[in-house]
Amino acid sequence: MTTNTTASQTSSGDVSYLSASYGIKSWLLTLDHKRVGILYLIMTTVFFMVGGLFASLIRLELLTPQGDVFEADTYNKLFTMHGVAMIFFFLIPSVPAVLGNFLLPIQIGARDVAFPKLNLLSWYCFMVGGTLATFAIVMGGVDTGWTFYTPYSSTYSSYYVALALSGVFINGFSSILTGVNFLTTIHKMRAPGMTWFRLPLFIWAQYATSVIMILGTPVVAITLLLVALENLFRIGIFDPALGGDPILFQHMFWFYSHPAVYIMIVPGFGVISEVIACFARKRIFGYTFVAFSSLAIALLGFLVWGHHMFTTGQSMYAGMVFSFISFLVGVPTAVKIFNWTATLYRGSISLETPMYYALGFIGLFMLGGLTGLFLSTIAVDIHLHDTYFVVAHFHFVMVGGMVMAYLAGIHFWWPKMTGRMYHEGWSKASALLIFFGFNLTFFPQFVLGYLGMPRRYHVYPEEFQILNVMSTAGASILAVGYLILFAYLFLSLFVGRKAGPNPWRAVGLEWEIPSPPGPHNFDVTPIVTKEAYAYEEADVTRFGGNANDAEGEQIHQEEGAEA
Amino acid sequence: MSSNAQPVALNHQFEDLQQQYEAANMGMWAFIAQEIMFFGGLFAGYTVYRFKYLGAFIEGSNHLPIELGALNTAVLIASSFTMAMAVRAAQQGAKNPLLRWILATMVLGTTFLVIKAFEYADKYHHGLLPGSSFEGSGQLKIFFSFYFAMTGMHALHMIIGLGLIVWLIPKIRRGTYTSEYYSPIENFGLYWHFVDIIWIFLFPLLYLIGRDPWPIM
Amino acid sequence: MYVTIVGCLFCLTVITVLAAFIELGVLNTPLALGIALLKATLVVLFFMHVRYNTPLMWVFAAAGFFTLIIFLALLMQDYMSRDWQRPPAEFLL
Repeated sequence: MTTNTTASQTSSGDVSYLSASYGIKSWLLTLDHKRVGILYLIMTTVFFMVGGLFASLIRLELLTPQGDVFEADTYNKLFTMHGVAMIFFFLIPSVPAVLGNFLLPIQIGARDVAFPKLNLLSWYCFMVGGTLATFAIVMGGVDTGWTFYTPYSSTYSSYYVALALSGVFINGFSSILTGVNFLTTIHKMRAPGMTWFRLPLFIWAQYATSVIMILGTPVVAITLLLVALENLFRIGIFDPALGGDPILFQHMFWFYSHPAVYIMIVPGFGVISEVIACFARKRIFGYTFVAFSSLAIALLGFLVWGHHMFTTGQSMYAGMVFSFISFLVGVPTAVKIFNWTATLYRGSISLETPMYYALGFIGLFMLGGLTGLFLSTIAVDIHLHDTYFVVAHFHFVMVGGMVMAYLAGIHFWWPKMTGRMYHEGWSKASALLIFFGFNLTFFPQFVLGYLGMPRRYHVYPEEFQILNVMSTAGASILAVGYLILFAYLFLSLFVGRKAGPNPWRAVGLEWEIPSPPGPHNFDVTPIVTKEAYAYEEADVTRFGGNANDAEGEQIHQEEGAEA
Repeated sequence: MSSNAQPVALNHQFEDLQQQYEAANMGMWAFIAQEIMFFGGLFAGYTVYRFKYLGAFIEGSNHLPIELGALNTAVLIASSFTMAMAVRAAQQGAKNPLLRWILATMVLGTTFLVIKAFEYADKYHHGLLPGSSFEGSGQLKIFFSFYFAMTGMHALHMIIGLGLIVWLIPKIRRGTYTSEYYSPIENFGLYWHFVDIIWIFLFPLLYLIGRDPWPIM
Repeated sequence: MYVTIVGCLFCLTVITVLAAFIELGVLNTPLALGIALLKATLVVLFFMHVRYNTPLMWVFAAAGFFTLIIFLALLMQDYMSRDWQRPPAEFLL
C-alpha cells in the first residue's frame, strides 16, 4: 500500500472530522460518513442497552420455575422488545452502519460515500423507525414476539402492533439505502490501483451484505405492511377464517429474516479477517476463497428460509429441499473458519484486546454454527424447534459471534475513530468476563432445549431450575462485563492516551491517515500498488527503515490529475 | 466531458462528472432492484392464492372493468414514450422540449390516476372494498385485498412520481439540466419506466384471469 | 426509434386483451405473462437504455428479477407439494 500521507501529517495541528465544525446542527445535518458512523454508534449502543435491560428482566423471571415476577402477557412483551431492539436496531445496523460507514470510503481510498445525503437519510429512517417501534412496545401493546406471526399479530392483537410494524418498516429503508450507497461506492469510487482483489476482506464482506440488504429487506417491508393493514382494516390475507394462510406470512417473513441473519454476521466476518491479519502479522490465507465465500453466503442465504418452518405446516418435500440447501450454506462459512485458522498457523500472534475477541469469535461462532446443522436436520428439528436449543444456537452465533466481532472491530478501530486508546488492562479483563459470562449464560440453554424446555415461556418444570439459575448467573456476569466495557470506552474519550495514526502497526489505507481522520479523509488521492495484507513486507522493511514511509514506491500526485 | 473549472454540478466526493453520472445511474438501478423485490412480495402472495383459489380469482377478475384497465395500460405506455422523449431532450440540452415532454408525462400520469379513482369508487359502491363490510366470500375478499394492495401500491408510486415531476419542473425551467448534467432526469425516467413495467404485469394478472370467451370462438 | 417501440407496445397490449378472450385453457396464463414479459423487455432495453449499458448494469437490471424468480420457485414448491402423499419419484417407478 502506498500513499502520500506521511508521518508529518499526523501532528495534532491538523483539523479532524471531529473538530471540523461544532454544534448540534453540524452533527444532525452532517454529510460526513464518519460522523454518520458515530451517530449510529451512539444510537445502536442505546438500543443495545435497551435490549439488554429487557434481557435482564427475562433472566430475572426465569430464575424460578413459577411465574412470580411478571404476568404471562408482560413476559411476552419483554421478549418481544428484547428481540426487536436487538435485531432491528442493534445487530442489523451494527457493523455495516457503524464500522462500515466509518471505514468503507477510507479503506477504498475515497473521500466519502457515493450518496452522502442518502447516508444521513438512512440514519433518520433508523431513528424514526426505532422511536416508533420502541414507543409502541413500551406503551404496552406488542406481545407477538419479534417474528410477528399471524394470525395473532394480524387479527387478535392490539393496534400498537401496526405502529410497531410501521417503525420496523421505516427502519427497513435505513438498511436499503445503506446497501445502495455501499454497493455504488465500492463499484465506482475505489482509488486508482485499488483493484477488486486488492480490497480488504472487510470491503468484500460489506459488498455481500449490501446485496442482501437491497434484495431481502423490501420483502419483509411489504410483508409487515400487509400485516399492519390487516391489523388495522381486517383485510383478511393471513386470516384462516377467510381462507388466508398464516404459513404464507412465515414464508414471506423468513425470506428476508434468514438472509437478515447473514446481514448481521457477514460484516462481522469482515472484521475478523482484518483483526486476525493484523494480530497474526500475516496475510489472510486463501484471500480469494474468503472473498468469494462472502458472496456465496449471500447467494445461498436466500435459498434456505424454510428451515424456520419445518414444523409449522410447510410441505414435507419443501422441507427436504430447504434442509439440504441449509447444509450447503455451512460450507462457505466453514471455508472462512479454515482460512482464518490457516492464517493463525505460524503467524506471529500478539494477544491484544481485539485479538481476544477475534479468537473468542472463532470458537463460539463455530459452536453456534455447528448447532445450526443440528437444527437443519428435519428429524432432529422436530424435537428441538421452539425450544431453548434454538435460543442457544442463535445467541451463540449472534452474541458469541456477531457481538464479539463487533467488539473486536470497535476495539481495533477505536483509536482511529477517536484518536484515543482505552485502558488495556480493563479491556482485557472485560473481554474475559464477557467470554466467561456468555458461556455460562448460553451453554446451559443447549442442554435445556435438548431436555425439552420450550422458549418464550415464563414458567417451566422444576427440574430445569438449576440450569436456568446458571444461565441467569452467567447473564449477570455478562452484564457486568458489558458495563465495564461501556465505562472504559467512555472514559477513554476524556483521559485515554492519544493514539497515533497506526497504533497496531496494521496495514491498510485507514492506518495511513491521522487518528482521528480529517474531514475529507485523504489530502491527495492515494495510489494503491500492493495487496491488501502486505504484513510480511511491512515487517521486513521495518527492520531496515521507518515503517511509515519505506513501504515500496512512493508516487506523488496532485489531487485531481489523471491516474 | 472536461472543463478547466470544477463544474457547478459536481459533488465533492466524485472525481469528475462521468463518475458521478455512472454512480447515480448504478444507485438508481440498485434502488429499482429493491423495488422489484418490494412488489415481488405482493406478486408472491398473489401467486399462492391464485394457485389455491383459482375460482375466486376468476370471479374477481371478471368484476374488473377490462376496458378501463386496457385504457390505463395504453395511457401508461404513452407516458413511458413521453418520458423517453423527455430524457432524449435532456441529453440534447433542449430545455423547452424537455419541459413539454415531461409535462405530457405528468398529464398522462394524472389521467391514469383519475381513471383509477373511478374504478375504486365503483368498487366501493358495489361493496367490494376489503374490510369488515365486504360483500362476498372470504376467498373473493382475498382477491380484492390483493387487487387493492397491488394497484394501490402502484398508484402510490405513481403519485410519488408525479410529485417528483413537480419538484423537477422549476429546476428544468431554471436551466439546471444541460447536456453535460442530466442525471436526475434520466434516473427519474428509470423510475417512471419501472412503475410502467409493474403495471404491464399487473394488468394481465388482475384483469385477464379466466375471462369468458367470445361466443363465436 | 422510440415511436417504433411504443407502437409495438400498443400492439402487444391489444393482442393481450384479445387473447384473453380466446379459450386456450391452461395456456392462457403463460401467453399473457409471456406477452407482458416481452413488453417489459422492450421497455427495459430501449426506454431504460439497458441495451446501451455495460454488462455490469445488465446484472443489476436482472438481479431483482432473478431473486424474485427464486422466491416464487421455492415458495410455490411448498404449496404445490402440500397434497402429495408420496414423493413424485414413486409415481415413475
